[in-house]
Amino acid sequence: MKKTILGLFAFSMMSATALAADIKPAIIYDLGGKFDKSFNEAAYNGAEKFKTESGVEYREFEIANDAQREQALRRFASDGNSPIVMAGFNWAASLEKIAPEYPNTKFAIIDMVVEKPNVKSVVFKEQEGSYLVGVLAGLASKSKTVSFVGGMDVPLIHKFACGYVGGAKSTGADVKVLEAYTGTTPDAWNDPVKGGEIAKSQIDQGADVVYHAAGGTGVGVLQAAADAGKLGIGVDSNQNGLQPGKVLTSMLKRVDVAVYEAFKAAKDDKFEFGISNLGLKEDGVGYALDDNNKALITPEMLDAVEKVKAEIIAGKVEVHDYMSDESCPY
Amino acid sequence: MDFFHVIVVLLESTIRVSVPLIFAALAGLFTERAGVFDIGLEGKMLGAAFAAGAVAAVTQSVWMGLLAAILISIALSLVHGYASITQRGNQIVSGVAINFIVAGSTVILGEAWFRQGGRTPALGEGSRFQTITFPFADSVREIPILGPIYSDLLSGHFLLTYVAFAMVPISWWILYRTRFGLRLRAVGENPGAVDTAGISVIWLRYRAVICCGILCGFAGAYLSLAMTAGFVKGMTAGKGYIALAALIFAKWRPFNIMLACLLFGFLDALAIRLQGNPLPLIGQVPVQLMQALPYILTVILLAGFIGKAIPPKAGGVPYVKER
Repeated sequence: MKKTILGLFAFSMMSATALAADIKPAIIYDLGGKFDKSFNEAAYNGAEKFKTESGVEYREFEIANDAQREQALRRFASDGNSPIVMAGFNWAASLEKIAPEYPNTKFAIIDMVVEKPNVKSVVFKEQEGSYLVGVLAGLASKSKTVSFVGGMDVPLIHKFACGYVGGAKSTGADVKVLEAYTGTTPDAWNDPVKGGEIAKSQIDQGADVVYHAAGGTGVGVLQAAADAGKLGIGVDSNQNGLQPGKVLTSMLKRVDVAVYEAFKAAKDDKFEFGISNLGLKEDGVGYALDDNNKALITPEMLDAVEKVKAEIIAGKVEVHDYMSDESCPY
Repeated sequence: MDFFHVIVVLLESTIRVSVPLIFAALAGLFTERAGVFDIGLEGKMLGAAFAAGAVAAVTQSVWMGLLAAILISIALSLVHGYASITQRGNQIVSGVAINFIVAGSTVILGEAWFRQGGRTPALGEGSRFQTITFPFADSVREIPILGPIYSDLLSGHFLLTYVAFAMVPISWWILYRTRFGLRLRAVGENPGAVDTAGISVIWLRYRAVICCGILCGFAGAYLSLAMTAGFVKGMTAGKGYIALAALIFAKWRPFNIMLACLLFGFLDALAIRLQGNPLPLIGQVPVQLMQALPYILTVILLAGFIGKAIPPKAGGVPYVKER
């Protein structure tokens, strides 16, 4: 009897796997690496969540340099993986080329729009999330000076900066925002020493809240802010725990949700192509509130930021998108 | 914020940025003066930074971290020494190989040991260097001119910062005022003559390489234990190469090296500082130009303003006793 039950159990397990094995999902990370505590790690968390929920294994790859992009993508596609999710805007050029070669493969790219019939493009309204943390920064700042450290100097990062400036200045016309970028090459995502130096320079100029959108470089930014007794703001993943009590909040970008949804939709055969633009309304971006930063955010600040959030969702406040015209009106 | 304060802050930042360059360039000075070119400064520094971060995280002791950094860096130097002194291999190839091996293996080991994507765990207060505040630094800050110079510029740095600046006269003294230094310089100019005098060229060059390892160890430990709290992959970000440029720029002389490193550090600090701040008369300067400025100036200065930089005559040539 026991054996039969066990057998049945084993059989049901097998059939479950057999059903779910219909898709072979894969994910490829960008240069920051899987555990960057930020963007790529969020993508990884989404894939892991899908794996634990559905039991479907996924393939993954971390590229070591730009030259590997096309090779890795083609390899995954020719192995019959589908959907293939790419984390990062740098994938666009390779995908443009490879998507038409594998018309039956489902591709998804995060942070960039690639207009091909078999590609799903997921972009976020980072400006909205950045606007919210900007509001919090403006309210938390005593010196009325806040600052921003970007990673690589590209339009996407200016989008973060622009929203942040808008949010900070909405708390008072006298708020000053300093803005700097680590570099112009992909190395700028992995230079915590320089990130820390930029943060120190901004703190010397009076900033007391420093927001970073700089991947691995941001570890140095948050460290420098904490060392100087000032506040940092994390990005992409919830980074409040990196320097507990010294990180005001984190601008959440739900890359994990995007990856999870892409895998799940493919499994349920509901994968949709085209552009999806996730903002506050869709819960694609937001700000982090947990035990690490509870003491830093006063009830008044919370009320203010929730009010702004509701206004953005209702469309009463429109946050400018830097990428639409490559300029920032704030 | 007045002009004077801006200058003090800028110089303070200059000192912080130039410390790893000074260590690395002095490290290069010792080997190159002995006739062994070392393009592997970058790799040694990175290896040392990783060792320091990993050991300090495990033992919770900054001193163990520093010791590990120096040991790893010496070990890497000896590999370079074995390849280029004993085996008479190509010194550039050996140095480049070290850079590649370290860049890859630090990430692999870090991932295997700590599972944080090649990063070492963030270090707490006790397991990293703290800044040293000189006596009365706070009380004299209000004194005009001298106050800020004492409190902000001289006080408030890491122990390793003071070590770096102390190493400059020490290196000069070793190279120019000791028997070891004289022989070391001779072995870089004319190893045959040194050999004729009955002194082992091989052993001298090995000692020079070990000196280089010690100094690179300091440079790496400074990056991961003082400036930041832990190792991040590729965190040297080309500092080893900039140190090499400073070495050539300074014509292989200790005090010139310090000045060259401070100049490079100053340009870096200036670029950071000027980002987003409009200049008087000129207005807003593009970020890209500011970031390229240190390199542009290096090229211009190297091209015509410092005269000819002549390397040690026997540099890069393995010593062959008999053919």
